[in-house]
Amino acid sequence: MEFGLSEDQKLLQESVRGTLERVSPLERVRTAADKGETDAADIAHALAELGVYGMMVPEAQGGMGMTLLDAALVAEMLGRYVTPAGFAATAVMAPIAIAGAGSKAQRETWLPKIASGEAKAGVAIAEAASGAREDASVTASGGKLNGKSLFALEAEAADVIVVAGKAGELHLVKGDAKGLTKVRLTSIDLTRGLSELQFDNVEAEALSSGDAAATLRRVVDAGRVMLAADTLGAGWMMIEKAVAYAGERKQFGRVIGSFQAVKHMCAEMASELEPCRSLVWYAAHAFDAMPEEASLMAAHAKGMTGDVGRFVARTATEVHGGMGFTDLVGLHYWFKRIGLDRQLLGSPERVRHEAAVMQGWAA
Amino acid sequence: MDLAYGPEYDAFRAEVRDFIRENGNKAPKRFGVSRPSEESIAWQRLLIAHGLTARTIPKAYGGYGAEPDILKSRIIAEEFTAAKLPMGIANQGISMLVPTLLELGTEEQKKKWIEPTLKGEVVWCQGYSEPGSGSDLASLQTKATEDGDDFIINGQKIWTSTAHAADMIFCLVRTEPDAKKHEGISYLIFPMTTPGIEVRPLKTMTGHAEFNEVFFTDVRVPQKDIVAGRGQGWFVANATLKHERGMLGDPNQAGTRLKEIADLMHEETVDGVRLIDHPVYRDRLMQLQARVLAMQFHGLRLLTASLKKEDPGIARLIVKLQGCEINHQLAALAIDALGEIGVLYGDSPHLRAHGSWQHRYMFDLGLIIGGGTAQIQKNIISERGLGMPREPKPAKA
Repeated sequence: MEFGLSEDQKLLQESVRGTLERVSPLERVRTAADKGETDAADIAHALAELGVYGMMVPEAQGGMGMTLLDAALVAEMLGRYVTPAGFAATAVMAPIAIAGAGSKAQRETWLPKIASGEAKAGVAIAEAASGAREDASVTASGGKLNGKSLFALEAEAADVIVVAGKAGELHLVKGDAKGLTKVRLTSIDLTRGLSELQFDNVEAEALSSGDAAATLRRVVDAGRVMLAADTLGAGWMMIEKAVAYAGERKQFGRVIGSFQAVKHMCAEMASELEPCRSLVWYAAHAFDAMPEEASLMAAHAKGMTGDVGRFVARTATEVHGGMGFTDLVGLHYWFKRIGLDRQLLGSPERVRHEAAVMQGWAA
Repeated sequence: MDLAYGPEYDAFRAEVRDFIRENGNKAPKRFGVSRPSEESIAWQRLLIAHGLTARTIPKAYGGYGAEPDILKSRIIAEEFTAAKLPMGIANQGISMLVPTLLELGTEEQKKKWIEPTLKGEVVWCQGYSEPGSGSDLASLQTKATEDGDDFIINGQKIWTSTAHAADMIFCLVRTEPDAKKHEGISYLIFPMTTPGIEVRPLKTMTGHAEFNEVFFTDVRVPQKDIVAGRGQGWFVANATLKHERGMLGDPNQAGTRLKEIADLMHEETVDGVRLIDHPVYRDRLMQLQARVLAMQFHGLRLLTASLKKEDPGIARLIVKLQGCEINHQLAALAIDALGEIGVLYGDSPHLRAHGSWQHRYMFDLGLIIGGGTAQIQKNIISERGLGMPREPKPAKA
């Protein structure tokens, strides 16, 4: 019985932390945001050297075949450093889709390149994961896709995109395919790539080996755990920044961190967020070790971190007083990162409803 | 990550299940209100004999004498919870005094008190809080003045559960009035029949007198009945409080309650519509399910840390605050979902679950306040967990 990280996992997390501290400091985040870089080349290069793009790719295709918990530890660090680089789609969701439902040829074409970071993958599954907005849908006919998909992740510069069709089937589309138009969606969070994909007779390959519906479920579950882990990391960084600020800022002749009103805000943030770590770990572990619990736990991890994340983002900003509201301190990058995590792939209310349905508690 | 217990523990679990199958019918139906009933005492003895309670307490003191094994303790708790069986007698003597004596008592004190306490023959109460000393417990003023080989005690205690039925009290008193406040306290144990002790019931908002006030007027106690020496009382009490906070906010109890509410929401209807089909109540149930699960997994994390003898840091400090809050919110949801029926209490017609949801809602608020208020917990979390500065001491007037 051991519910905790292995020595290898702790080392992995530390090495990612060390790298991101170096390559993704706030100044770099700021320039990336100003330039509209959501997959900054220098940071992506450093991540490739760490091998993170191959974590979820099977060993047979040149990856490391690691667990979702390993990936969650990386996602947590990316959230911690509000890193403007793709990960959830290219390193986790797309490899799970291609490894799970791809043919031998599809797996061998794409997975080794994704693992090395040579190719980047996006995912367009928002309609399947959290419902269609503005009648968005993608239909397949004769190997061609038509329609549109909103809120595609890391798709803008992707070499290949996993697209969920209207019937829940999965397709693989090349990033430069004829008839594919990518429209950038500018969100509050400038560190991550979000786009609308428009399909006009776009050539696609079906990802149809194995159980596509089950694979889609796995992709959504994994994505939710990644977003939850991202918020966990971003939220803890906000708490640490609030504690540090409260330890320096003086008013009424004393550091504000010595006022109980301020201390209690920090204690409340920590005591709400730390149980999320336990839930995220469990959900990630269930994905590999207890598949029958995986969807429920992914939904709950997403829902709870979504709500707690919002509370932490707001409270940590308040602890910073007026400075928290400025661009100067840059706290808003974390605030917005957490804000995006909350809405993507099912907001808390929606994932909780799904969790109720899974248990037969709602129709 | 490995959530399997392994073959040794699976075998142990099977033994516990065998015991439950063969003996479950002997579990007490009536526990006794403040003193354990005959049935409870018989059940307690049976559990001790099989190593299912008092498991790691040495045989010489009336326990079972097993090596400490957190996983085995957890398995016992899991199986008894699943079978809805009581885990033996739960009182402050067993949960707080016994571990304190084991850690800090003299051989004579251990021999004299542990066995009868474990067997339910001696019932204890705890004399810590005073009307003027709640969160600031170390400011307590109950005086113990030397008189030959004895102390003469004068003062008042409050929040003393079971004092009216207790045989003995473990009590914090000020023996060194000139020492600093934390260093002037001693931990004394003495009979509640000692002349000069008056117990008055303290009725709470639940309508029951779960607590008492205890008044001491020239109560004479031998100096030898001190635990761990004069002036050591604060240190002893902290050892004891650690055991108390471990008891409050148990996530598995919250798991049981969540299940009860889910069942309730499937059974109860308003205008023929099940409560579970009401989207707002259902969403509240789902929010609480996530929080309960998170705290259960959090418990696994803390368990792992103690198995590895690692300090879990802030993860441990939040348990009382979170656990008590979640329990309180669970009771609130049950009451809200029941609507008007949710306010029925006492022996009213149409009452559900003997009015226990209202009782829990009120009593759990008491637990949020007791054992270190939520605000004191937040001080501890921010100061010890996050390293934030202490409140500056006010200038002396």
